[in-house]
Amino acid sequence: VTALDLAEFVDETRGADPITCAGGRTQWHVGGELSTPCRVVRPPAGIVSYEPAEMTVRLGAGTSLDELHHTLAGAGQTTALEGAPGATVGGVLAVGHDGVRTRRVGRVRDVLLQARVVLADGRVITAGGPTVKNVTGFDLCRVLVGSLGALGFVGEVIVRTRPLPRATRWLAGVADPLPVAEALYRPAAVLWDGITTWVLLEGYERDVEAQASVLAALGLAAAAPPDMSRFAVRSSLSPTDLLAHARRAAPGSFLAEVGVGVVHTASSWGRHDALAPSVARLQQRIKTAFDPTNRLNPGRLDSTSVGVTS
Amino acid sequence: VTGLRSFDARLGGVRMRHGARHRSRPRGEAERERADPLVVALCAALAPDRVRTGPVDITLYSRDASVIDEGHAGIVCFPLDATELRSCVRLSAEHGRAFVARGAGTGLAGGAVPCGDPVVIVTSRMNQVLEVDLANGIAWVEPGVVNLDLTRHLAPYGVHFAPDPSSQQSCTIGGNVANNSGGPHCLAYGVTSAHVVALEVVLPDGSLALLGDLRPDPDGLDLRGLFVGSEGTMGIASRIAVRLTTNPPAVRTILAAFSTVADAAATVSGIIAEGVVPAAIEMMDAPIVAAVEAYVHAGYPTDAAAVLLVEVDGLPDGVAEECRLIEEVARRHDARSVRVAADETERLLLWKGRKTAFGAVARLKPNYYLHDTVIPRTRLVEVLTRVYEIAEEHDLLVLNVFHAGDGNLHPLLVYDAREPGIMARVHHAGAAIVAASLAAGGVLSGEHGIGLEKREFMRWQFTDDDLWAQDAVRRAFDPDNIANPGKVLPTGASCADMVHLAAAERARVGSNDPAMADGMWL
Repeated sequence: VTALDLAEFVDETRGADPITCAGGRTQWHVGGELSTPCRVVRPPAGIVSYEPAEMTVRLGAGTSLDELHHTLAGAGQTTALEGAPGATVGGVLAVGHDGVRTRRVGRVRDVLLQARVVLADGRVITAGGPTVKNVTGFDLCRVLVGSLGALGFVGEVIVRTRPLPRATRWLAGVADPLPVAEALYRPAAVLWDGITTWVLLEGYERDVEAQASVLAALGLAAAAPPDMSRFAVRSSLSPTDLLAHARRAAPGSFLAEVGVGVVHTASSWGRHDALAPSVARLQQRIKTAFDPTNRLNPGRLDSTSVGVTS
Repeated sequence: VTGLRSFDARLGGVRMRHGARHRSRPRGEAERERADPLVVALCAALAPDRVRTGPVDITLYSRDASVIDEGHAGIVCFPLDATELRSCVRLSAEHGRAFVARGAGTGLAGGAVPCGDPVVIVTSRMNQVLEVDLANGIAWVEPGVVNLDLTRHLAPYGVHFAPDPSSQQSCTIGGNVANNSGGPHCLAYGVTSAHVVALEVVLPDGSLALLGDLRPDPDGLDLRGLFVGSEGTMGIASRIAVRLTTNPPAVRTILAAFSTVADAAATVSGIIAEGVVPAAIEMMDAPIVAAVEAYVHAGYPTDAAAVLLVEVDGLPDGVAEECRLIEEVARRHDARSVRVAADETERLLLWKGRKTAFGAVARLKPNYYLHDTVIPRTRLVEVLTRVYEIAEEHDLLVLNVFHAGDGNLHPLLVYDAREPGIMARVHHAGAAIVAASLAAGGVLSGEHGIGLEKREFMRWQFTDDDLWAQDAVRRAFDPDNIANPGKVLPTGASCADMVHLAAAERARVGSNDPAMADGMWL
């Protein structure tokens, strides 16, 4: 197993000028506008090594999710990462937003095992380790996921794979989402738009069949997945806040991930919240240590994410 | 109570841990308090009987469950709630004194061993489950809640806390957070970090911060993720929101016995290759099986070279299918027997064997040194073979009981500490095991952490720049280096008394090994 040659990527990032790191630009709006015009660099793409028996894969951060999942599917595996067509592994990790199946497959932040990162001053560091279990040193991989490329540019990663489900089935029906969710064991997704509840079941065929018949009694039948393309905005609330808010919202104007706390809407439900001073101070110290001249994705980490006004 | 048993065993003759809490204060203590303004301030903030400086407490709280005995506690505090915890940290900071958080002291890497007379802040009395919030899938708990107590508390709700270290009968959730603890069931469910949603922490300057919250996409950097596993160097968690895991509707446990370790290891890879990720895959070799069987009579086959304990859970049909697949894979690799626990009693007995393994070895030798490394699971045979060779080279007995499913080795070296020169052999063998694991593409620790035990080994896995980055995040939390100083990162000089004692130990054993002269295993 040889590591990816990051030399070219490191050369590209060299300099004192502000730079940004682009993947597939499918979630480019997250974190807001860059505060200054930036030179664009791109991380290397391509799968370096894949060991199905280890359930790990090493690849360039610029590799598209489609390419990765196509390769993994050949060995009956996938990852917990989800993204729009064209999304890259590095981009999905930098944003850190979970896919719709998170209830079953876990969080994006638990997928990254090791990262080779180019720092603002051109040094290359390795965060984490190559094995599926590792508590050696401080958990830099966790803080890199969702950091919007503000601490360093990830060039190469090792990510955790998982088996492809034997069976997958979407169901839908007019039903309240809570009794639906409570009737199921670890559904991949329970979505609700105020009228219809969609459920994604994954697992062994006969288990999926059995769960589907439980859902049939609640009025759900096999269906296409919901159309999420009309919802451009993602907001994040606690699961109970989300449901309370959703019950007051216009039916059909949202798609709520029940039990997760993510809601997809056409326009934002929320307002901007500032970080608590003690947390903002910690974040600023980390940013300053890694990027003292604020040249990596300037402005991205300053912006706060969207909460909700109830 | 395995964890407590081994903990007490480590303390040797000192077995006054619980009694000590209720004893009357020795006369000399009052004078010491007058001499140290920090003690006076702590007594005022807590209560005099929960601020200890007497020799028994100092002795007890200068050690944890590791073999490291070079620590020295300055003052030992027992806060009852978050306000008192915060006072302990704030007063330590104001007096320029380091502090060390401690849960149950079951850590095996010396993470709670106090370096340089710090204030030891014991969280074990902050043991309330504050709120079970089923609708949000979390429970807020205090750091001193014992891991197994939490799962028992949650049982009526049909949920549990997934991380299940072998010390779960005594280790605390705060300690689990500090070490990012694992356990057998982390194979499918993930380590502690995956089960901590948010943390309220007391930062080293005494301020409070909420890291993460109940929203799935919290603002800014994932400082929660950074804090978990930071071994007390970034502050102390005062409240923890743990994720609740729904109890699986069906669980089956399989015991498979093999004539060779290689067959058992091949079965592990074979199961994964079938696309099955069991809840747990544990391996035990012949020496540990013999010890366990003599101890708990769980019905383990004592004539096998290795056994696998495999657990699958989930919906009933998938569980049945996975059982069938696992049996098939095991038979394909010449399993001499495959047995599925017939009922819950048998299942729990099999697990009892696994979880009391470390207690069982006390029957062989009075002391043990438990190692913790991770290797790629496809290289189990090669590295285990090397582990046996290393033990033989150092004339030591090694037993292996470990999380085979994720390649997390736990070679257990058993010895009698009274034997002259034995510790040098134990440490040399340990260093060789770590080196062999790294050479196979592994890492230093899978769940015990680095603490003092492995901080000098950090240079074996990381470059100076890698370590700089890790230190940069630590400094962001603790610019004055007062939170559990001298841990995790190879900083040598910050634990002066330890270095001194290490030198004395080296002189005593008369070693001229250059690696040991570097203090590499301390």
